[in-house]
Amino acid sequence: MIAVQETVDRVKRINVDQYRYGFETLIDSEKAPKGLSEEIVKFISQKKDEPAWMLQWRLEAYRRWLTMTEPTWARVDYPKIDFQDLYYYAAPKPKKTVSFLDEIDPEILKTYEKLGIPLREVAMLEGVEPMPGEVDPARRKIAVDAVFDSVSVATTFKAELKKAGVIFMPISEAIREHPELVQKYLGSVVPTSDNFYATLNSAVFSDGSFVYVPPGVRCPMELSTYFRINERNTGQFERTLIIADKGSYVSYLEGCTAPQRDENQLHAAVVELVALDDAEIKYSTVQNWYPGNSEGKGGIYNFVTKRGDCRGANSKISWTQVETGSAITWKYPSCILRGDNSRGEFYSIAISNGFQQVDSGTKMIHLGKNTSSRIISKGIAAGKSQNTYRGLVTAHRKATGARNFTACDSLLIGDKCGAHTVPYIEAKNSSATFEHEATTSKISEDVLFYCIQRGLSQEEAVGLVVNGFVKQVLQKLPMEFAVEAQKLISISLDGSVG
Amino acid sequence: MALLEIRDLHVGVEDREVIRGLDLNVNLGEVHAIMGPNGSGKSTLSHVIAGKPGYEITGGQILFRGENLLRMEPNERAAKGVFLAFQYPVEIPGVTTMNFLRAALNAQRKARDQQEFSTPEFLKRTREVAGSLNIPQDMLRRGVNVGFSGGEKKRNEILQMALFEPGLCILDEIDSGLDIDALRIVASGINTLRSPERAMIVITHYRRLLDHIMPDVVHVMSKGRIMKSAGKELALELEASGYAQFEDAA
Repeated sequence: MIAVQETVDRVKRINVDQYRYGFETLIDSEKAPKGLSEEIVKFISQKKDEPAWMLQWRLEAYRRWLTMTEPTWARVDYPKIDFQDLYYYAAPKPKKTVSFLDEIDPEILKTYEKLGIPLREVAMLEGVEPMPGEVDPARRKIAVDAVFDSVSVATTFKAELKKAGVIFMPISEAIREHPELVQKYLGSVVPTSDNFYATLNSAVFSDGSFVYVPPGVRCPMELSTYFRINERNTGQFERTLIIADKGSYVSYLEGCTAPQRDENQLHAAVVELVALDDAEIKYSTVQNWYPGNSEGKGGIYNFVTKRGDCRGANSKISWTQVETGSAITWKYPSCILRGDNSRGEFYSIAISNGFQQVDSGTKMIHLGKNTSSRIISKGIAAGKSQNTYRGLVTAHRKATGARNFTACDSLLIGDKCGAHTVPYIEAKNSSATFEHEATTSKISEDVLFYCIQRGLSQEEAVGLVVNGFVKQVLQKLPMEFAVEAQKLISISLDGSVG
Repeated sequence: MALLEIRDLHVGVEDREVIRGLDLNVNLGEVHAIMGPNGSGKSTLSHVIAGKPGYEITGGQILFRGENLLRMEPNERAAKGVFLAFQYPVEIPGVTTMNFLRAALNAQRKARDQQEFSTPEFLKRTREVAGSLNIPQDMLRRGVNVGFSGGEKKRNEILQMALFEPGLCILDEIDSGLDIDALRIVASGINTLRSPERAMIVITHYRRLLDHIMPDVVHVMSKGRIMKSAGKELALELEASGYAQFEDAA
């Protein structure tokens, strides 16, 4: 994403007036002017070399979007976004010319140092267990170091996946290479008319991941965006579509753990998951976007729509998220439990510090018989932040035997932050069993002093207490992610006390 | 040089002076008992030595092995060998006792430029000490003090004291909330830690604990000062006559 910042800077430097003479000039320079119009949507689609049906799909979304208004129900407060004052397309500068360290903010480098790594990609791999069939994990480390300059490295993974029949590629490629799959599933979980931000995304999405796991296949490796670092320059509007066909299994890691230096940027991503009969999808996120500075200036507005559809019987979708970044987080990874006996899970750690505002949670929509869901949410508020859990659990009339268990725990650090829990529970049949538990606690001075008296520093003490608080969720993350997330949590809360 | 040297210490809490010119010398190998009525400043003294925030040091100094303790952060003091057994040990959910002990021990060792213990070495040591204190293994796997009985919490304090091997142990009302059997276990744990390389300050209301831990010196504290210091017979005297005489004198 560093290239994106660079692109944004580059775009900022352009004298916009030079473009008033016509759109063609823009095409040459691979940049679209500020603002959103049908022309821009067409431009994006054309740039991506998309088929006509895709353009049509985008345009319908765009027209729909014009009729919609921004949601205001979340407990977040931010100045009105001028959607005509944003860039919706800018071709990323080729990676080869990016000299990495020079362009990273010294503050961010400091964070890297705290993580004990020069670059995130290295760290990610250092803690990784050898993959099945991989003799020497160190070899892989070299491979990823080289990924910045070489696309061929990424293809070695593609080959292994191809052998298993798994399709894993940028969605822009999938639109061209697997139109039948994309057409069948895109928008089938989050329709183009779903909500303001999802509709906007549908009109202008830049890129994202596409995954298809064929029937009966257990994906041989955990899929992660780091395979495609070269292809990560997807801008503000990512679109991800994952399909697990009958009896298949896939675990997907979405990692943005490197602090991102994007100021005042809107991110409106959409993630759609489809699990057919007996299939399982595990989706893990560690999000560490730029949260804004110490005065609350800048930072990412993260308005994300993530939804999984347990379309088949006995299917399972599990969301695990660790959210530490963004100035504003508006995010509710949800499960539609359509198939009988399907199961949805949501494990979340949402940490807010400084002036961050988090309104996050989940929706478990029970439609099928004997469906079950489990929600474990751990919210941690520090500094002057506000942290809201908002969750919906609903059982349809026909969802007999639906079961949900929800536990929402909030931890407050300091006395200028807030934690809020807003559960919505609806049962439309009498056989549903819903349980909801919520607690709010505070890290007391006494607990901190106890730890510090035993030799821990203030930061170590907060980290220890917080990690104890979030343990239940951390355990749900894949190993290498959990280690990273644990470090990240300590860093996010640095200086939150005293 | 005394291990701990407190000179003319004055401490305020919210504009109220709670320690008013306190002097105390503790040498290696000694066990000092500090007795006194509620509000005499006993617990404040233990907190100030350990470095708990919220107290204002308005005068005097505290030297530990000749170093100015008041200039050090509480965790530095811990690494230097100051240990406080809390009157009310806190609960830390989700952090197993084992993990907590290891994190604390390694933090201290790191601060002293010592090698961290290896996992097997650490486990072996911890299990040995826990065994001698009748602390069951499953307690070590539970969250720190979570669901522990009063006696278990206090035994956990002694366990930490034994593991960290501090030079100065301050025991703040370690006997409160203990029945006779628990008291005996805790006291015997403390006694095994008596050493020429270590000193202890035992803060208590009652003589009962001092029957098990024979102090070398007994101090009577009242209204923020040490009113009298003598041998262990002072504890007996206090039980007979109460603290009133010292309160009047102050």
